[in-house]
This record gives sequence, structure tokens and C-alpha cells, in this order.
Amino acid sequence: MDYFLELFLGGLTRGSIYALIALGYTMVYGIIQLINFAHGEIYMIGAFVALIVAGICTIYGFAGISVLVLAAIAAIIYASAYGYTLEKIAYRPLRGAPRLSQLISAIGMSIFLQNYVLLAQTPDFLPFPSLIPEFAFMEPVAHIVGSSELVILMTTVITMILLTLLIKKTKIGKAMRATQQDMSMARLVGINVDRIISLTFVIGSALAAIGGVLVASYIGQVNFYIGFLAGVKAFTAAVLGGIGSVPGAVLGGLVLGWTESFAAGYVSSDYEDVFAFGLLVLILILRPAGLLGKARKQKV
Amino acid sequence: MKRIHALLTAVTLVLGVATGGFAADTIKLGVAGPHSGDLAPYGIPAMKAAQLVVKKINATGGVLGKQVELLIQDDQCKPEIATNTATKLVTEGADVVLGHICSGATKAALGIYKDAKVPVMSPSATNPPLTQSGDYPNFFRTIASDDMQAKMAVDFAINTLGVKKIAVLHDKGDYGKGFAEFAKKFIEESGKAEVVLFEGITPGAINYDSIVGKIRRDKAEALVFGGYHPEASKLVSSMKRKRLKVAFISDDGVKDDSFVKVAGVAAEGAYMTGPRDLSSIPLNATATSEFKTEYGTDPGAFFQEGYSAALALLNAIEQAGSTDYDAVVKALQTKYVETPVGTIKFDDRGDAEGVGFSVYQVENGNFKELK
Repeated sequence: MDYFLELFLGGLTRGSIYALIALGYTMVYGIIQLINFAHGEIYMIGAFVALIVAGICTIYGFAGISVLVLAAIAAIIYASAYGYTLEKIAYRPLRGAPRLSQLISAIGMSIFLQNYVLLAQTPDFLPFPSLIPEFAFMEPVAHIVGSSELVILMTTVITMILLTLLIKKTKIGKAMRATQQDMSMARLVGINVDRIISLTFVIGSALAAIGGVLVASYIGQVNFYIGFLAGVKAFTAAVLGGIGSVPGAVLGGLVLGWTESFAAGYVSSDYEDVFAFGLLVLILILRPAGLLGKARKQKV
Repeated sequence: MKRIHALLTAVTLVLGVATGGFAADTIKLGVAGPHSGDLAPYGIPAMKAAQLVVKKINATGGVLGKQVELLIQDDQCKPEIATNTATKLVTEGADVVLGHICSGATKAALGIYKDAKVPVMSPSATNPPLTQSGDYPNFFRTIASDDMQAKMAVDFAINTLGVKKIAVLHDKGDYGKGFAEFAKKFIEESGKAEVVLFEGITPGAINYDSIVGKIRRDKAEALVFGGYHPEASKLVSSMKRKRLKVAFISDDGVKDDSFVKVAGVAAEGAYMTGPRDLSSIPLNATATSEFKTEYGTDPGAFFQEGYSAALALLNAIEQAGSTDYDAVVKALQTKYVETPVGTIKFDDRGDAEGVGFSVYQVENGNFKELK
């Protein structure tokens, strides 16, 4: 039973990390039907910024949770700026262009950002300090679930709630939903569509940065390539849950996390990815729009 | 006309005898390896090592009072060219051969040397069956075979740590999986311990918590991991986070400063095998400085091993008192020789004893060689 619980919670942690990153994919797709392949890189940049800020904070004598918070805030600001700029220079000029052009631009930005960090920082793996403190009250169950896992789960839940509130209850959220439904109509009723799209990128990037800080602190290492690997899995999660759907991204992330965890635990970690992607294929065959996705009629 | 023909034959015969007679006055050391093509960097250092050794030995009177002559042949690491190379060296009368470099080329050439009774010593061919199959009694090497690391790690786990249940993991790559498969084989052959888990993990995954849970479930006392440092760091971190205390034993791919830097305290106490520390061997420093004076650069891959092989071969001839095959082989197997890779002799399969790997342990962020 302990073993099952351990795998369940491990899958939940992994799943919530995937979900945090998947949200960025799904929000952008929902609004402009673009798969932002550079999203994984924003996550990676978030982790790097956090590493630098954490280093500076430690030098200036901050300690404990304050370092985590400061590093996370810096990462969020920095990553959001990247997301905003990315949209402005790589996607906005192509707004009217065929979707394939935007997609290629996204792949280009992904490669550019990876190599930029490779050159500007380092090709090596860097150690990332564990910013998440070890809680004493978690010690008795540490072999099943640790403090880091707890913090990751809590952060994900809180972020989800805030995001849902933002989309459902606020004026900005209403504008976002309107833009998603019909961009030209939204423009006609006076919504600044460009600003809404920029904002979507900023929010998505901020979520990626939170993911980046948490994951880097959890696994203790960063490298210019981590964004690509995490991006692939998060993208899978977004598609699994139905790309464009916010609850879908969360569900997709969790389903993917559990699949991997249980496949590794009960079958063999050799087949972890086989099960993960096998499940994706199966779901896409049965429900082409994903678990919670709505089949969109293509306007011809 | 007939007389001219006879005269010519006579002249040829005399000349032939003359060259033959001249050849008997030198010891011929064949050197075969890639000296051109994209694999040349693996062959040229050993060739230069042979040249340095021969120059030094000739300057001090040669071997058995004779000068040593080098016969250098390029095999480009290609098995089909290596057979020609071998035939050529045998025809030219090589007494001993230093080479070949690549395992495939070595294997292709060995049969020819075996038939001609020529001892061959490779500085770099690590393929295990070359010595272990017993097919080539004329083959020796100054480098440890591919499975030596795994053997070292398993011996350490079973005999030094005394564990009974071992989990073996790898990163699914050629290097890591090869190491893990050898480790599994050696554990099973030893009969003293069992492999409770044998699996590949996905490089780059977010965490390895599931597998760590599995190690606990299967009650393994040691984890043998084949792979590189990024995954090893995540494994030891995950073990620490999940409060799992089992011995972590890995390979040379993990014996990297990044492992200690990235895994931090979680790396403390981890064991890994790595090439023996050669820096304390005086001849190693001498050989390297000879190379630097001669060529002005650092020696490349397999220089020490090539230098050692040349020394071992010529020393064996000196010790045997002749270039007779059986005597030379016996000398290689019984007489110790000082080389840049240590003071070595060869076992009856042809592997150099005492060459190769040591077990290291992470202690206060440094790798400490366990004697």
C-alpha cells in the first residue's frame, strides 16, 4: 500500500509540474491557435534567472524561504518579459500569415533561445540550490512524499485556482474568452485584441517560470536543454487533455504523470515513455480533440 | 642468354641473402593502426610513442645488442585493410607487432599473426572477447577490457561491501547499458549475490522517484548504475530525498566533477570506478615530457598505453634472449616491466595485470581512490 501511495504521489507531483507548463501551451493555443514551441525555453530561462538571483541573494545574506520567493519573483518578471517580446517580434508580424509560418517561427525561436543560453551561460549542468526548505513535520513520511513535493503540489493548486478565477471572474478573463471565441468580433466590440494576446503570453510565461523554479529546485540541476525535454512532455499533456482547454491541461498533466509513475513502478522504467505516448495515441484515436477538448469546426 | 639468366638468378640470390642477413641484425617492431583518415588521432599517438621508445632504446645500445627497426603500417581502422597490413608486416619479417588500434581491425588481423607466430600487443582494443575467447594466444593488451570496470564494481560490491541483493540500472545508452549488462553477468556468475532489479531509466526525466521506490520495495542493498553524471546526480538526490540508504556504485561516466558539484551532499559516499591515477608513476611523467620536447604538444589518446606496449614488447625480447615466439610470450607472462601505466606483466589470456581501474569514493566533495 505504501508503494502504491508512493507511486501515486510521485505521479501527482510529476503531473502537476507537467500541468503548470502545459497551461502555457494551452492558453496560447486557445487564443491564437499557435503551438508555442518556445514555451519550454521560457521555462528553462525562468530556472536560470532563479539560479542567478538565488546566488546573488545568498551572497547578500538572505536565507531560507525569502530566497525562494525573491528568485521566483525575478524569474516570473524576466520570463514574462521574454514571453511578451517573443510574441511581439516572432508571432505578431505573422498574425495574418498561414499558420505554418507561425509554427516555423516558433520552432526557430525555440532553437534560438536554447543556443543563446548555451552560448551566454554554459553547456554544462549547473547545480541548483534546493530553495525549498525541509519541513520537520514531513519527516515521518519523507520516504513517501517530501517537502518539495508538498510545495510543488500546493503551488500548482493555488496557481490553478487563481488562473481559473482570472479567466472566469475578471474583465480581462472575459476579454480573453471573447478573443478565443471570435477575434474579429471581439475587436469590433472594443477589445484590444493585441493587448489580450500579449497578456496571454505574459501569463503563460509566468506559469512556466514558476514551474522552472520549482522543478530546478526540486531536481537540483539546470542546463540549457531541460526546457526542450520538459516542453515535449508538457505539450503531450496539453494535447492529451485537449489543447485549448485549461482544465484539460491540468487533467492531461496528471494523467500523464500517473501513467509514467505507475508504468515505471509496476512494469519497468524501460517502458515509461512507451506507456506515456501509447496512451496519447489511444486517446487521440478515441477522442481526437483530447479528454476535455471541444471539437472545433474548421471555418472554410 | 641462358648464362645471363643464370647470372641474374645468382645475383638475385646473393642480394636476397644479403638483405636477409642484414635483417637478422635488427629487431623488427611492427606498428599498425590508423595513421590517416578520421580515426588517425587514435593511432598516431601510439605510433609516436613507439618512435620515442625505439629512439631511446637504440641510443642506449638496442635490444640484445641489435638496433630496433620500426615497420609502420596504416590500417585506417578498417578490418579489410588490417588483414593486408598484417600480411605485409608478417612478410617484412616483423618480430613483434604493436597494434592494432580499433578492436574490429585487431580481430581481423589477429589470425594472420597467429599463423605466423607473431606476438601482438594493442594499446587500445578493449573488446572483451579478444582475450577472453582464448582464440588468440598471441594477443596482449596494455589497456583494460570493456568489462573490467563492471568486474571491478561488482567485486567491490560483493567482496568489499558484502552486499547480497543488488539493483542494476542503466541509462539505455551504449556505454551505460554495456556496463550494466556486464555487471549483471558478473553478479550472476559470482553466485554470492543476486540481481533484484535490472532496468533502464529515461535520461532527462524530471525525477526517478518511482525507480527509487522500487529499489526500496525489492530490498536492494546496493545500486549499480551504468550511465553518466546528470542521471546519477538525480538518482542520488532522489535517494536522499526519499531517505533510501543503499550503496551507490557507478562507472567512469559518473566520475566527473559535475557529479559532485550538482549532487552536492547527496553525492557523499557514492562509489565509482575510474581509470587508475597514473600521475604518481614516474615513467608516465618522463614519457609525457619526452613527447612534449619532441612534438611541443600534449600526447593524445592511448599514448601511455602505446608507450607501455612498445616497452613491454622490447623488454620481453630482451628477457627472452631471442625473438622466438614461445620465449617472448613466456617473458611477457612472467617478467614484470616498468611502464607508464605501472609495473605490469600479462595474465595467460593476455590482459595486463594491474592495469585499468580503481574504485573511488566521494569524500568531502573529492574523489578518493580506494586502495
